[in-house]
Amino acid sequence: MKPPAFDYHAPATLDEALTLASQLGPDAKFIAGGQSLMPMLNFRLLRPSHLIDLNGIAVLAYLRVEAGELQIGAMTRHREVELSPIVREGWPLISECMPFVAHVQIRNRGTLGGSISHADPAAELPAVMTALEAKFVLQSSRATRTVTANDFFVGTLTTAAEPEELLTEIRVPALPQSTGWAFDELSRRHGDFALAGAAALVLLTPQGRIEWARLAFTGLGERPARARRTEEALRGQVPTEDIVRAAAEHSISDLAPESDLHASADYRRDIAKVIARRTLLRAIERSRAALQ
Amino acid sequence: MNYVGASIKRKEDDRLLRGSGRFVGDVKRPGMLHAAILRSSWPHGKLKRIDTEQARKCPGVVAIVTFADLGNVKPIPMRLAPRDDLIRALQKPLASDRVRYVGEPLAVVIAESRYQAEDALELIEVEIDELEAVVDARRAVEQGAPILHSAVPDNIAGHFVEKTGDVERALAGADIVLEEEFYIQRHSGVPLETRGLVAEYDEGQRLLTIWGATKVVHFNRAVLAGLLDMPPSQIRMIELENGGGYGIRGEFYPEDFLIPFIARSLRRPICWIEDRNEHLKSANHSREQWHKVRLGANKDGRIVAFDDVFLNVMGGYIRTHGSTVPTMTAAYLPGPYKWDNYRCDANCVLVNKTPAGTYRGPGRFGAAFVRERLMDMVAHKLGLDPGEVRLKNFIPTELMPYNTGTTAFGKPTIYDSADFHKQFHLALEKFNYYELQKQCEADRRAGRAIGIGFGCFVEKSGLGPWEYARVEIDRSGEVIVFTGAADLGQGIETVLSQVVADALPVDIERVRVVHGDTAQIPFGGGSYASRGTVVACNSAVVAAGEVRKKLLQLAAIALQADEKDLAIEKSCVMKKNTGASVSFSDLAKLADPATALPLGIKPGISGEGFFNPEHMVYPYGVHMALVEVDQETGFLTIHKYQIAYDIGRAINPMLVDGQLVGGMAQGLGGAMLEEFAYDGEGQLLSGSFMDYLLPSSMEVPPIDVVLTEDAPSPLNPLGVKGAGEGGTVGVGAALANAVCNALGGKVEIKRLPLTPERVREAVRAAQAAAGE
Amino acid sequence: MNKRKVRLEINGIQYEGEAEPRRLLSDFIREDLGLHGTHVGCEHGVCGACTIQWDGKAVRSCLALAVQANGARLRTVEGLAPNQDDLHPIQQAFTEMHALQCGFCTPGILMTAQALLRDNPQPSEAEIRDGLSGNLCRCTGYQNIVKAVLLAAEKLAQK
Repeated sequence: MKPPAFDYHAPATLDEALTLASQLGPDAKFIAGGQSLMPMLNFRLLRPSHLIDLNGIAVLAYLRVEAGELQIGAMTRHREVELSPIVREGWPLISECMPFVAHVQIRNRGTLGGSISHADPAAELPAVMTALEAKFVLQSSRATRTVTANDFFVGTLTTAAEPEELLTEIRVPALPQSTGWAFDELSRRHGDFALAGAAALVLLTPQGRIEWARLAFTGLGERPARARRTEEALRGQVPTEDIVRAAAEHSISDLAPESDLHASADYRRDIAKVIARRTLLRAIERSRAALQ
Repeated sequence: MNYVGASIKRKEDDRLLRGSGRFVGDVKRPGMLHAAILRSSWPHGKLKRIDTEQARKCPGVVAIVTFADLGNVKPIPMRLAPRDDLIRALQKPLASDRVRYVGEPLAVVIAESRYQAEDALELIEVEIDELEAVVDARRAVEQGAPILHSAVPDNIAGHFVEKTGDVERALAGADIVLEEEFYIQRHSGVPLETRGLVAEYDEGQRLLTIWGATKVVHFNRAVLAGLLDMPPSQIRMIELENGGGYGIRGEFYPEDFLIPFIARSLRRPICWIEDRNEHLKSANHSREQWHKVRLGANKDGRIVAFDDVFLNVMGGYIRTHGSTVPTMTAAYLPGPYKWDNYRCDANCVLVNKTPAGTYRGPGRFGAAFVRERLMDMVAHKLGLDPGEVRLKNFIPTELMPYNTGTTAFGKPTIYDSADFHKQFHLALEKFNYYELQKQCEADRRAGRAIGIGFGCFVEKSGLGPWEYARVEIDRSGEVIVFTGAADLGQGIETVLSQVVADALPVDIERVRVVHGDTAQIPFGGGSYASRGTVVACNSAVVAAGEVRKKLLQLAAIALQADEKDLAIEKSCVMKKNTGASVSFSDLAKLADPATALPLGIKPGISGEGFFNPEHMVYPYGVHMALVEVDQETGFLTIHKYQIAYDIGRAINPMLVDGQLVGGMAQGLGGAMLEEFAYDGEGQLLSGSFMDYLLPSSMEVPPIDVVLTEDAPSPLNPLGVKGAGEGGTVGVGAALANAVCNALGGKVEIKRLPLTPERVREAVRAAQAAAGE
Repeated sequence: MNKRKVRLEINGIQYEGEAEPRRLLSDFIREDLGLHGTHVGCEHGVCGACTIQWDGKAVRSCLALAVQANGARLRTVEGLAPNQDDLHPIQQAFTEMHALQCGFCTPGILMTAQALLRDNPQPSEAEIRDGLSGNLCRCTGYQNIVKAVLLAAEKLAQK
């Protein structure tokens, strides 16, 4: 279908964009890569009166490490992140999830900030950012604040950002060298939104026990869910398959997946446990390998 | 050079690769307006009022058309397999007093741009008294179900029975009897290009031109002429490139009346390009069936009785395909097997869903699923090898031609030529079946769920009626083939060129094919049911034969020789002994009226030919799949997939291969991914490409094709059979059988699609059964 | 809404047009600039028929607005063949391998394939299937397309 009519603004600076947002009010939407927004406009599911195009603001796209922290400008394209050796070196969990994000054409244009702001419950990056305990910088013409990933994702397509706030930067804390990681997802087809997906991080002690583990799900509720009980169950444990399997059983207790035409809630819960176990085991293996 | 049988590169490719192929969306006519159609978002209701006042004020809106503007328009007639009982539920181009499915056209907005037309759609007010909808066909046929058409009080718009032998007696005498129910889900062709039409009325000439028609343009012209009350000679349909048909594109839909009607009324060219959302809820659906089977077999694995009652789920209306789909199921359920006692009770059931039509292998994808699953179930029940059971039941080649006892389109189903046993053995060998089977058994003992499945079938092709061709040679020596066949991307231009190039003979570069334009081609049967190669090529051979005669006649005069001393080669006719020759071009000039008439010769070099098949021709094949099941998630991995297919004779083996592989991808979609899912209230849930899942390059496995020419058809001079549908029909069967084999034969899958969730349920059921 | 001027370069040629903000880039390229090789299959951002190259990267033109492409450098299928008589090696490979039937998805696939081969001149079959996963084809079953891209890689390496 064709989009409904709207007014269009292409600010050259961030200040201009933020001023426009505060002036135009909640009926204005930012457009970044457009890979999530445009389908909604084409379906006429969204009818903003104004679009504020961020693509002309070059300063919003960057990728750097500052004092060990990964800082990614919100307008950085997925594809750049996917291919970045810096990211692969220090935050390989992100690199591993990128090939699951739709298809290469989407990643060529779609942005990290856009995907995260869109907050689709079955998207990959929100879960990965939640597992990484990332922080997001939100700017408006009035103020700047930082919100943790956990606080940022509120519900289906809903975030803690106010209408006039723009997510400008993603900050990912450094991880210990020997942190193991894994991302996996089950979807009907390659590149589809997840029926269930998990991002796992595990750090083993030099003695081989689990110092800590983090597990965040996607596709199993309105927002990415940290499997706190599983994480607790694993702390200090010897990482055997049985222990991990048992811990994975707990992982679903806080999840509220929905049924839809692709899968029922029951099925999603069941495969959540499987994905949890598989990603945890792989993360453990990688931590072990890193320790050697 | 012999072109027939060679894998020649396609003539169509150059323009398609350059992006210079002209599709209907590329047509621009001066003053062209754009149409957008308001479609019902209610599945069932009484249409009280359509208020277009606000919509008319929208910028760019030129007109809005509702049923009241259509005059006394008749319903759209059936084209294939018509039945009197189905007439009760035909569809008119716009809803009048009832809506019967989500997607039903209610009004047409005409505006300066599609964008503006869509804006106006939103302002049209519709008042509907909602009625209870029925989506489950089993419910639709029960007492007390909502009735869609008052003339069809039981929602069974059509009913017929095919039978042979004495099924009840054979069941009573069988060693084992299986009673099983099956379901195949609603899905369809979903071509990558949506439908579209441009219509323009030349008031001075009183000529209505339509671009974007395809498949059966001559037939559709006749239908449109009838509905518009115009002589067919005042309508010109022009086929362009189109983005895939698969049975869906080219049938006469409501829009095929509306757009030309409006063009004629407004005296402005009208363009309608369907968008994807529209397509999914308004282009023909297909495939949905419920089967209840009673099967009798003997201990040795021979099937002695097969009784099926099935519901063919139509939709809110009956469309141009009439009873084609259930006719196909009823006629071809037996497949390659010798079933002497068979009965099939077919019911065309109305429900509040988008109307249905044919889709690649219509009625046969589902029939193969039911039949082949049952062959395996018999094998499991009797502790026999599934391959052995099939070999025991195949019709022996000595019995060809074999009358199965069923009928289709008023003709008996007589398989013309086949050697099922030979092909099956070859397929097993090429697949490395025995080795793989042993490996699978070992793997299963070690805890993996991996298995092999078969899907055997007989396909039909070369459906009549007749096809027409005219071959002409122009003054430059160019050979032009006019065909009544349609181009749906299958390569008809190339195969016709190959056949004519061999028949004359002439260099294939000098051959040009013209199709799909009713102004240039007086008669056309069209392309559907894998008939193109069979009927079009054979008609072209006849026409080429006439041209040969004319060439020799003219050359005899030009070279002052006896016709028997002449040979045709390299665009010339030459005297065999002396080498003296005259070119096609010079002969064409000789045939100019100025020179020909004084010689008493009919001017021009051209010949016409018809091919009018008495019976269809039957290619056949077997799919084999090696599939592994992830027992925790139900996800499938297809490790190996093979299609063995006997084509009788291949005009262009590369194109046959392409049809089989492409067909398999659609079959895979049907077996695993695609479904038009509705909720209980009749709302279409899979109304976008996010939810209607087409297979991508990651879902379709590599496919091995074993193509044979063991059984050329005795029913046409070229010996050819069609290739369009064999890649699709066996997939549901082969994959479902492979999954059940992977699960040790302990659970029987009777429902498609094989979603991960459904497969995982099967895994659990198998584990439970093993535990007992 | 008021139209904006859009100036952009496509296949090395400067184009200029006007578009209201909501006009999709796919419609602008096809209808306003007359480049019909790029096809529209869904407007959902799923099928890939509308794939063009934007600064060398394969993107879906149905998910961009014409006004966003102001100043952009695009390539479409019309820019592939060097002239009226010859085909680009990728196009050559496609016809040799029978990698197209109806041709509707083909321009989008060619754009994706060319970009893929630019980034990865010797891709494996798995990499090709992955790289093409965002382009749906309903006719071919992909097998011959994969073979064509492999052959194209060979042809391009020889040049």
